[in-house]
Parts: sequence; C-alpha cells; structure tokens
Amino acid sequence: MAVDILMPALSPTMTEGKLARWLKQPGDQVKSGDVIAEIETDKATMEVEAVDEGVLSKILVPEGTEGVAVNAVIGVMNADDTAPAPAPKAAPAAAKAAPAPVAAHHAPATVAELAEPEWGETKPMTVREALREAMTLEMRADENVFLMGEEVAQYQGAYKISQGMLDEFGPRRVIDTPITEHGFTGMAVGAAMNGLKPIVEFMTFNFAMQAIDQIINSAAKTLYMSGGQMGCPIVFRGPNGAAARVGAQHSQCYASWYAHCPGLKVVAPWSAADAKGLMRAAIRDPNPVIFLENEILYGHTFDCPVSEDFVLPIGKAKIERAGADVTIIAFSIMVDVAMKAAEALEAQGISAEVINLRTIRPLDIETIVQSVKKTSRVVSVEEGWPFAGIGAEIAMTVVEHCFDWLDAPPARVAGLDVPMPYAANLEKLALPQPDWVVAAVKKLF
Amino acid sequence: MAATEAKSKKGKKPEASMGRDELLAAYGKMLLIRRFEEKAGQLYGMGLIAGFCHLYIGQEAVVVGMQHCLKPGDEVITSYRDHGHMLACEMDPKGVMAELTGRAGGYSRGKGGSMHMFSKEKGFFGGHGIVGAQVSLGTGLAFSNWYRGNDHVSLTYFGEGASNQGQVYESFNLANLMKLPVVFIIENNRYSMGTSIERSSASRDLSLNGVPWGMPSMSVDGMDVLAVKAAGEIAVAHCRAGKGPYLLEMKTYRYRGHSMSDPAKYRTREEVQRMRAEHDCLDQAKKVLEGLGVSEAELKKLDDEVKARVAAAAEFAQDSPEPDEAEIWTDVLVEA
Repeated sequence: MAVDILMPALSPTMTEGKLARWLKQPGDQVKSGDVIAEIETDKATMEVEAVDEGVLSKILVPEGTEGVAVNAVIGVMNADDTAPAPAPKAAPAAAKAAPAPVAAHHAPATVAELAEPEWGETKPMTVREALREAMTLEMRADENVFLMGEEVAQYQGAYKISQGMLDEFGPRRVIDTPITEHGFTGMAVGAAMNGLKPIVEFMTFNFAMQAIDQIINSAAKTLYMSGGQMGCPIVFRGPNGAAARVGAQHSQCYASWYAHCPGLKVVAPWSAADAKGLMRAAIRDPNPVIFLENEILYGHTFDCPVSEDFVLPIGKAKIERAGADVTIIAFSIMVDVAMKAAEALEAQGISAEVINLRTIRPLDIETIVQSVKKTSRVVSVEEGWPFAGIGAEIAMTVVEHCFDWLDAPPARVAGLDVPMPYAANLEKLALPQPDWVVAAVKKLF
Repeated sequence: MAATEAKSKKGKKPEASMGRDELLAAYGKMLLIRRFEEKAGQLYGMGLIAGFCHLYIGQEAVVVGMQHCLKPGDEVITSYRDHGHMLACEMDPKGVMAELTGRAGGYSRGKGGSMHMFSKEKGFFGGHGIVGAQVSLGTGLAFSNWYRGNDHVSLTYFGEGASNQGQVYESFNLANLMKLPVVFIIENNRYSMGTSIERSSASRDLSLNGVPWGMPSMSVDGMDVLAVKAAGEIAVAHCRAGKGPYLLEMKTYRYRGHSMSDPAKYRTREEVQRMRAEHDCLDQAKKVLEGLGVSEAELKKLDDEVKARVAAAAEFAQDSPEPDEAEIWTDVLVEA
C-alpha cells in the first residue's frame, strides 16, 4: 500500500523547515530506521528516519526547498502496491491542530513602526539572532562578561541562541555546565559578587525554580544587606512562559514572581529590537536582571536597528500602536495578541493604543498613565495566571495614578488559572487569544 | 578529641606549623574572638542586640588557623555564625559590633545585622543566612579566580548541618569538574541546631563526602590551631597550584547554644564542661606558648589589649547612632 512521507515536526514549536537533502532516491529500498532525508530548522539540522519498510516511490518536495510546512507530504513509499492505504489515524489530525496557535503568530512582523526610528537603518532579524548579537557585542566589549548554562557551548545552545559563540570566545567564556541549576546559579552569583558579569542561561525559566533561592536571597538582597558594598551584576536569561504542547511543568510565566522582589530588574522583550537593545542594557546594568524570553518568538523576524551602538533603556515601555479609545498593555508574546486585537477592534470602530511594556520592573508608570489619561480605558494582557499577576499591578497603578480619568474599571486578560494542560484543544483554551482581548475591551464601552 | 589526623598526611607536623610569634598572634586573635563573642552575648542579654545571634565560642581555632594560610586577595565566605570569621579577616571589631546593635557605624550601616556583613576590602564575602547557600557562592568566588587566571583561593566555610544540602554536592561536583581553587571547610561542631550529627548524617566521616568527586580531603582536630594551620597549608597549596578543590572536616565544638535563644536541651552540661576542660583551643595554645618561653606577663598584656579593644567596640556600638531613616530606601539597586 502507498504511504505518504510527511514533513515531521522536530521540536514543540517547529512549524516549518528546509528540506536540506534526500539520502534515498526513488527506487531505493528503505528499511525502518534508515535515514532518508535531512531537515534544517533555524535551530538545528536533523535526520529523518523511515518509519515504514519498502521502496521509495516518489519525491514530491525536492531537496533545497525552504519553508516546508510540518505535515506536508514530501514523498511517497510503495506507490505501486495495490493494497488500499489505511485511513489516517488520530495522530496526524492532532498534529495538524497543534501548530495552529503557533502558526498564527508566525508571520514575520515587518511593520515599519516596529523599528526604533531614532536608531536609523534597520534590517530583518530574528529574535534569536538579536539575542546572540547582543551577547556577542557585549562580550567583545567587556572581558568580564561570560555566558554559562546547560548546552550553551558545544551543543550550540538548546535553542541555538548561543550558536557559534564557543568558536569565537572559547570554553573559558562560553561554559557548559552540568544539570545543576542551584549549584551553577550560586556559583555565578558568587562570581558576580567578585566583580565578573555572568550571563546565566536557563534552558527554561521553569528550571530556575531550583535556583530561585540564590536569585532572590543572594543576588537580589545582598547589595542592601551589605549597605551598598556587594553588588551583583548578572543576567539570568532564558525562555519563559508557554512554548507549545510541553505541559504544566514547562509552561509557566514567571514575570510576577520575580517582579515582586526589590533588588531585581525584570525585562520581557517582544521584538528583535527589544531583544537586542534590552539584552545589551541588561548586561551593562550593575544589578541582577531577569531577562524573560519566549521560545515561540525566537524564530520570529522583525526589523532591528543595525547601529553598533543600538541599546534600549531598561524601564521604558514602547507604544507599538497609537490609539484613542482604549489602552491595551502587554509584554512578550502577548504583544502579538494585543496587536491582533487592536486590528480587530479597528475594524469595529474602536481605536486601541498598544503598549509593549518591555520592562516589567521598574514599571514605566509614566507611559501607562499618560496613555490611560488619553484613552480612559485600560486592559492588560498576560500569559501568566491572573491572581497577583502583572495585570493586578497595572490595574492598581492606574487606580492610584489616574482614577479620575477612567471611564470604566481596569480590566485584565490572563492565562486561565490552571496548570497548563497538554491536550492541544485545552492548551489553546488556557492561553489568551485576540478575541479574549476584544471581548474584554468591548465590555468597557 | 583524638590527636590530629593531619599528622599522618604529608607536610609539617602541627607543632611545626607556627613559630612562637605567629602562634602568639594566633592566640591573640582567638582571644579577641572569644572576648568579643562573650561581650556580644552580654549585649544581647541587655537587649542591645536583637534577632538571631550565633556565637562562635569554642570554634575559634578553625578560622584563625585557616586565616594564617591566606594572602591578601584571597576570599573568605561563611554562614550566619560569622563574627569570628570577620575578626579573623582583620575587620574592625567596632564595625562588627555596631552592626550587631544595628547602628550606622556597622559594616552594613545597620541594614544587615549579625548574619549579613561584608568587607570586600578585607576579602570577606559574608555572612549568609540561608544554610548552604554560601557554598555555591564560595565556589563562584573560586570561579572568578579561575576565570582571571590568578592564584587566589576561596575559603568556603559551612557547618556539618549544611553539608547535607543538595547545593553543597552540586558545588563539589562543579568545583572538581572545573578544578576551581576552593577549600571547602566543614566546621563540624556536632550539632546542627539541636540535631546531633548522628541523627542528621548517614555519612560517619564527613571528610569522605568529597570522594565521589575525587576531591582530596582531611579530617582535622579543629580545636588545635596548630593542626588547623598544618592542614590548611596543604589544602591551600593544592588550590594555588591549580589542582582543584580540597575538603577539610574540622572537628570542633560550640560551647554556647545554636543561637542566643537556644535552651540547649539536646546535650548535657557535662559534655560541654568536658570539652571546655579538655579541648579548649585557648588553653591548648597557651600551654604550647608557655613551653616556648612566653611569659605570664606577656600573655597578661595581650589579654589586657584584647579586653580594651572589645570594650571600645562595645562602647562604639552603643554610641553609634541608628541609621538615618532615609537609609531605608538606599542600596536596593545600584543606580546605573
């Protein structure tokens, strides 16, 4: 019977890839487990192994083709067999559903207004490249800066953020650690107390919970406890929040956890410019900075200033879209959701202003208050849980600073108050969607 | 306590580890720590020191012996039982005592307290209140020496209670994997708060706790400053030579409670008395000094000097003003 060969998903967030090479040709005998093709993603090159035995009949996608969608038919096996092909089982159907929420965010954002006008010329760049470039530039400029974490060196980064950095800087400055978050975080904090400037990569911020004592009790508090003697210039970075289909322990937003604590700065970039400009600022900052990235955004492309000097200030939000009727405040990947909601609202005659917070702590109260005084309505959007979340802080800030300008109570959109479910449909239900934001906004009128 | 195991290792015999003058200086430092801690206990009783206050009385030989192995630029880090370490690092007793009383003249300007004091100038990196956290941090101090390619050594102290924390073993692994210059010093005073070592550790010989990571180690009579110095020299030389970390288990004893608020029901009065009578570090050092011809008058002069320094520290700590109220908002972040 004929069997379709489908483009496989090689990571939880992969939606497409390049078919780099066919290792079997039509007519070749294929055994289960044989490598039949190589696929490149922006993270890695992976081998595709045959699942079925038989003869490769046809190649439908030639090698070298870019942007092949996951689950696209790339070849056919045993086409000459007369036996009917079995009906597709549940698996492909689920696989089709899975990338949907991801794909919705995947279109390159090349809107001109995303770039920083004052920084001149831009070029398209992924968030991944922006982070790498920022770290590389700062490491070239300052011998005290180094990168450490699990798989950052020889493996080239679990998400390929540090790809090539070992080659340039060597094993003294790009350091593979064992899987020992508590230990290596404490070690990095100790090194920072002695004047070095570590960048600590957590493979995800979920794993940083093993080390949260060192982050809060040692990194954040020692300056105060020492009467200003013992600073801790360190960056803790890595993907935060939900990726896709990785379940409750790997899908959690830590923005409100860290933002709660004095002694820390908390940054959450959305675009490539955010990532590059804020990472450079975070590395230069003499304080501990929590740098919350987002795995889904790593592969997204934005226009980013090319200037050698480009850096963004920590503590300044950015108005991504000007509007008059309501202020939507978001950070990280939720800026995508806010922007889509603003488009939908525009079509319904409501002009929304979208603020990309960029920094969670210190919060840019001035930008928020100025906007709310103009629009008189405010909705916050975050992926994390609602209780004691960033939305609660924004609402209280607005109430404290511009209550009299409000025409409606502040509203918040947040992830559902449950551990993240695995099932594709349930996961989609748990994370804020543009229509949630639209609904929340319309309630205010 | 058994005679030092350090004798069996390579290096000098304990009695050869210090000459007359050095031992006299070490004795003076141990005496300073003893008298300082006694005074701190008094001030606590008078309500001038509050919160947690963990006295080092009984353990003085450990930190003083180890400090004699260091050179300027080396780092020291420890837990919350830290007054002795600060004095051994030559921090000013006035500044330490004033921090205990929460005054502006304290090392942390009154914002740290007994458990949280630092002096970068003297190479003292705290003063840490979370049991075991300083072990990873001390490994990081050693990392900074490795990164800079210098020959400085980090002395990282912790108790036998902390030695059961997971991050201690994570640090052992990292330190030997990367060959970091850190001497891990377990101050085994036999009680982690109220729990005896027999009830808290399945490991009966803590000096063997580094074996799975290939870390060389030694068990040392921590009541004998000469034995401590002899063992410390071997460990520090190992680190300076770039051979990686070294583990020292110091068998010691604290005479006072875990903190000032400890009724110490978990051990007998007789046990404490026996340790004081038979193993006290000051008594032992004094005997050796007398054998080396140090006169009673010389020791008396030293004693008077120490008493005067401690009295001056106590006076300063009471006279120094409380921190200005505006201080509550400073030092949260470094202004970039």
